[in-house]
Amino acid sequence: MNLFWILRTIRLGMKNLLLHKLRSVLNMLGILFGVGSVIAMLAIGEGAKWEAQEMVKRLGPTTIILYSQKPVEVDESTTSTSRMVEYGLTFLDMDRIAETLPAVKVVVPVRKVSKEIWMRGVKYEANLFGTIPRYANVTNAQAVEGRWLASLDFEHSRPVCVLTYEMARQLFPIRSALGETVQFGDAVFTVVGVLERRRGGSSKGKSSADEPMGAYTPLSALRERFGDINIRQTPGSTDISRVEVHEAQIKAREIDDVIAVARNIRTMLEKTHEQGDYSVFVPLEELRLAEATARIWTIVLACVAGISLLVGGIGVMNVMLATVTERTREVGIRRALGATQQHILSQFLVESLVLTLAGGILGVAFGYLLPEVVKFFTDVKARTPLYALFLAPGISLLVGLLSGLYPAWKAAGMDPVEALRHE
Amino acid sequence: MSLAYLRGVCRHYRMGNSVVRALDGIDLDIETGEYWAIQGRSGSGKSTLLNLLGCLDRPTAGTYVLDGVDVSALSDDALSHVRSRSIGFIFQSFNLIPQLTVEENIEVPLFYQGVAPPESRRRARELAARVGLTERLHHRPTELSGGQQQRVAIARALVNDPAIVLADEATGNLDSATENEILAVMDQLHGMGKTIILVTHNAALTRHAEKVMVLADGRIESLRTRAEADAAGEEVP
Repeated sequence: MNLFWILRTIRLGMKNLLLHKLRSVLNMLGILFGVGSVIAMLAIGEGAKWEAQEMVKRLGPTTIILYSQKPVEVDESTTSTSRMVEYGLTFLDMDRIAETLPAVKVVVPVRKVSKEIWMRGVKYEANLFGTIPRYANVTNAQAVEGRWLASLDFEHSRPVCVLTYEMARQLFPIRSALGETVQFGDAVFTVVGVLERRRGGSSKGKSSADEPMGAYTPLSALRERFGDINIRQTPGSTDISRVEVHEAQIKAREIDDVIAVARNIRTMLEKTHEQGDYSVFVPLEELRLAEATARIWTIVLACVAGISLLVGGIGVMNVMLATVTERTREVGIRRALGATQQHILSQFLVESLVLTLAGGILGVAFGYLLPEVVKFFTDVKARTPLYALFLAPGISLLVGLLSGLYPAWKAAGMDPVEALRHE
Repeated sequence: MSLAYLRGVCRHYRMGNSVVRALDGIDLDIETGEYWAIQGRSGSGKSTLLNLLGCLDRPTAGTYVLDGVDVSALSDDALSHVRSRSIGFIFQSFNLIPQLTVEENIEVPLFYQGVAPPESRRRARELAARVGLTERLHHRPTELSGGQQQRVAIARALVNDPAIVLADEATGNLDSATENEILAVMDQLHGMGKTIILVTHNAALTRHAEKVMVLADGRIESLRTRAEADAAGEEVP
């Protein structure tokens, strides 16, 4: 059996399939859906994991982020009156975490003040973050111009700030921001550095490091100039709140410690913050969660794919059995003209392979589009891995082989004399 | 040495508890270039004999030697090989493959011999020309008349240059004019030195053959040369 023989057999197979177009197309559908599900399964599974992996890569696997959260009950009672609300994480919490949990490497508190900036007659909304110098290590912040905050800035509560790349471009589109001053409310800060542009991450795990209009200053300088009370005036009401720490970036020493540290922090905060005015975000937990979601999707779609392929395979076998019976006489003629059993076997096998492979190739297109549709209607992330595009036709060929083997074997085993007599 | 010979060939079928003796002790010598007619009523065993001669079936007893090879004990694959090289079949119902064109139908035996497409196409066209079907190479069998279909079948039977051409009621489905046409082609083949075995129930068709064998109940009832048969006045006018 040589190449031209194979090519001819394939051509013959296609010819025979085209003879019964509707039957062939209907048959391919089963394979098409099966293969499509396989690809969609891999794409959605991969997508869910990929998003979480990217987030973990961005935030670091050992990171735990705490946020202060305005409790719901307090929110409702201050709709009309202006009353000071006090909530959130405190410096005491920071100290407790750092001192009682040995697996914690570093605790970086972040305090946020939202202010308006007027620059050449244009108003900008910006956030000033007060933090400690180690913030840069924790969030991988890199200065592209100037420098990051230094220990001395912190010790002397110097009114200096580092701008995000976006903010520097907004405020100082032409000249360098270094050495310029920016006035947040009543306080003036001198720009000592500009951070590199940050990659846009996912919506999950957003922190002070992802704020485009942001500036970073020593926590000591921030507290000295704005105190611990935030006043926010909106038409009709005045929000006065006292929040010591808006956000805390915590690093565990080892990846293996992260889950335990997060649990300990939760236990600790539950005791001291009964009103639940905080939230804990653990990227690693999110990854585990995403992996679990991906697993569920994989199982569901694997079942769909398995059933479709099984049904498709049965369909192909059914049609091939019908074809073999229909063409019994042809088998007889071919045997009389010199075809061996192997020739007949391969002829029918190739036919079922062509059928399923065609279904498989269409299934690749279907499987590529299906996650896009799912993505459009849900927030499920999908990413079709390249290998899936090669795996799927492989699966369809396997189905073709399994379902075509018996009918082909039946055809090959026919007695030539009997087959020739068949009407 | 004969091209083919049969010695004590039997073909018995088991039908429940009884044994059907389709062929029972056939001895036969066929020389190269002979034109044989095997005649007999239906059920006389002539189709069974033809299947054996064509290596589609194996005798239950006896030997069949074709071209110096004892084919009565060959494997299925080996028999396929013998059919592919040495046998040309012409059937009553033409037995062309409907989804293939005339050219492709003629090429089928070469396909199983492993002849490369350019060569097999060339030979198919040559044969088609010989039977006068050059104009019809790309037609489907259903687009041809019965006579044309049978000529395609003849071309197909000859394309592998077989040692023996076996024709099973080759004109059974044709009108008398076409029948004569096909018989003329047979004569022509005979003239070219082909060994032909024509199987028929119709005594009239045996008039072209050199040797006429009459089968009855799986045995040879009579075996005569044309001249003997004519002398005996057996021919139906």
